[in-house]
Amino acid sequence: MAGSIPASPSAELGVKPQVVSPSAEAWRRFKRHRMAVISLAVLGLMVLAVVFGPLLWKLAINDIDFTATLKGPSMAHPMGTDDLGQDLLARMLYGGRISLAVGLAAMLMAILVGVTIGAVAGMSKGWVDTALMWLTDLFLSLPQLPLLLLLIYLFRDTLKSAFGPEVGVFIMIVLVIGGFRWMPVARLVRAQFFSLREKEFVEAARALGASTGRQVVRHILPNALGPVIVAGTIDVAAAIIAESTLSFLGLGFPPDIPTWGRLLFDAKDYLDIAPHWALFPGLAIFLAVLTINFVGDGLRDALDPRRVM
Amino acid sequence: MGPYLLRRLLIAIPSLLGISVVLFTVLALAPGDPFSELALNPNVPAEVRAALRAKFGLDDPIWQRYFRWLFAMLQGDWGFSFISRVDVDTLILQRVPTTLAVIGASQLLALCIALPAGIYSAVRPYSWFDRIASTLAFVGFSLPTFFTGLLLILLFSIKLGWLPFVYRADLTSTGLTWWSEQIKQTIMPVMVLGLFQAASWTRYVRSSMLDVVRLDFVTTARSKGLSEWWVVMKHVVRNALIPVVTLVALTMPQVFGGAIVTEQIFRVPGIGSLLIDAILRNDTPVIMAVTFVFSCLVIFFNLVADLLYGWLDPRISFR
Repeated sequence: MAGSIPASPSAELGVKPQVVSPSAEAWRRFKRHRMAVISLAVLGLMVLAVVFGPLLWKLAINDIDFTATLKGPSMAHPMGTDDLGQDLLARMLYGGRISLAVGLAAMLMAILVGVTIGAVAGMSKGWVDTALMWLTDLFLSLPQLPLLLLLIYLFRDTLKSAFGPEVGVFIMIVLVIGGFRWMPVARLVRAQFFSLREKEFVEAARALGASTGRQVVRHILPNALGPVIVAGTIDVAAAIIAESTLSFLGLGFPPDIPTWGRLLFDAKDYLDIAPHWALFPGLAIFLAVLTINFVGDGLRDALDPRRVM
Repeated sequence: MGPYLLRRLLIAIPSLLGISVVLFTVLALAPGDPFSELALNPNVPAEVRAALRAKFGLDDPIWQRYFRWLFAMLQGDWGFSFISRVDVDTLILQRVPTTLAVIGASQLLALCIALPAGIYSAVRPYSWFDRIASTLAFVGFSLPTFFTGLLLILLFSIKLGWLPFVYRADLTSTGLTWWSEQIKQTIMPVMVLGLFQAASWTRYVRSSMLDVVRLDFVTTARSKGLSEWWVVMKHVVRNALIPVVTLVALTMPQVFGGAIVTEQIFRVPGIGSLLIDAILRNDTPVIMAVTFVFSCLVIFFNLVADLLYGWLDPRISFR
């Protein structure tokens, strides 16, 4: 059974009878998913735009101009202006950096916690496993958004005074969103560990005297990573939505940090006279989430060795 | 069914206790003090403040405070809203029916879309219907509720002027006009929530149906000469719905999250907008109580899912 899995990295342990490396095989499978490839390109463009855009588009995000308030898209302001005449393209590019960074950081946090808890539960049978899974189930049945709001309400001021407004809110939002998204990863990792640790190659490693840590890091974890990568990709999208939701409810980043959700929050009272103000950030969130989900879908096809393609 | 129900109920109790511990710990760890306004008020002498703290037991060890709070909650004493000057439980009881009505209607809408769409997609996989439905489901699943809400307002309220964008609890008209106004103002919140749910459910139903369709007993049913309709409805759908029920129960917290956002956009006077108002105005007793109510609702729906599970899959209930 194990020998029939072509994408398994365990093939690297011995001699190399295979012509195709696992990553090339995964890329070949990924390319079959047309929407995923298109999405990857669009997502790459968005990332490039928010990373390098502010270097090219020189208008300041807080340049107030009362002669050009609530203007629609024009040559001077390709995405129009808001109620203070601030250029929306500059704000979108700057806010996109934060929205995407929050998504990535929260995903890393969720993966880190999830893999740790899942690995510990998967390696230790008995009460440790039971307790950790009870904790996971408890977290799964918590109402996430109300608790997110509660935590932010309670701890915002402390973190703000400790790290400054931008970094403090960033750290808190990442911790809180990441802290509520690790459960699916933990379950996935635990399930993978249960089946993998009984496999022959792990038994061989154990017989050769590999410590538990080495078995986990070198042999089991690399084989369990496929579903984790897929879950992580989807988590980025979920974290972006979570951050935008918080900002949209007026409880995320402060007004001087224009994340996409915050822009929507500011724009929603001007829907009738300046719809462009809400449409551009909304479309940006939608596009980011959609492309990330498609890439996740493509990765699922690419990394699932059972699927014949 | 009886013992199964009882066991499920008994499992729900530790979860509720766990949630209450989490909630209380969060609140106890938080900086700030419910009496901070009193502390800043120079007209309140220090002795009075100390007496008040002693009266409300704020200086007791944390576990004593937890049990006191828990027993008070159990006896229905949920505290007093700082802002509205009413008991928290009356405030919440006023609001819960609206939230449940909006959520219920949207779940119904989601079911009416997701079940037929998912089943038909799976019966004819990779047909043009399946492709369109899958793409739409993917798009709907990636559209955040707050953006769909704004788009609907932009289209139906501002451009077309068909529907009101503010939900009013105090409609003055009576009879048929009341009903038509009530339905008009409910359409958009229900659509926002329902379409989002429908998108993710369609995906679940489709993939779960595809898993079941290729099993041996379906081939057997076909070779017995049963009609296609009967095979799909009786043999495939019922079995395919079992994992769907679990997934739906697991996404219940998300539904409530979506409800909070929707209520906030359309100013629906439910517990979600109550929560946001309370947070913006530092009304701690209301925040605690609403969060707890949301937890109870999530656990309640998990329980309902377990019961449905037992009904759909008789193999489970007899274990």
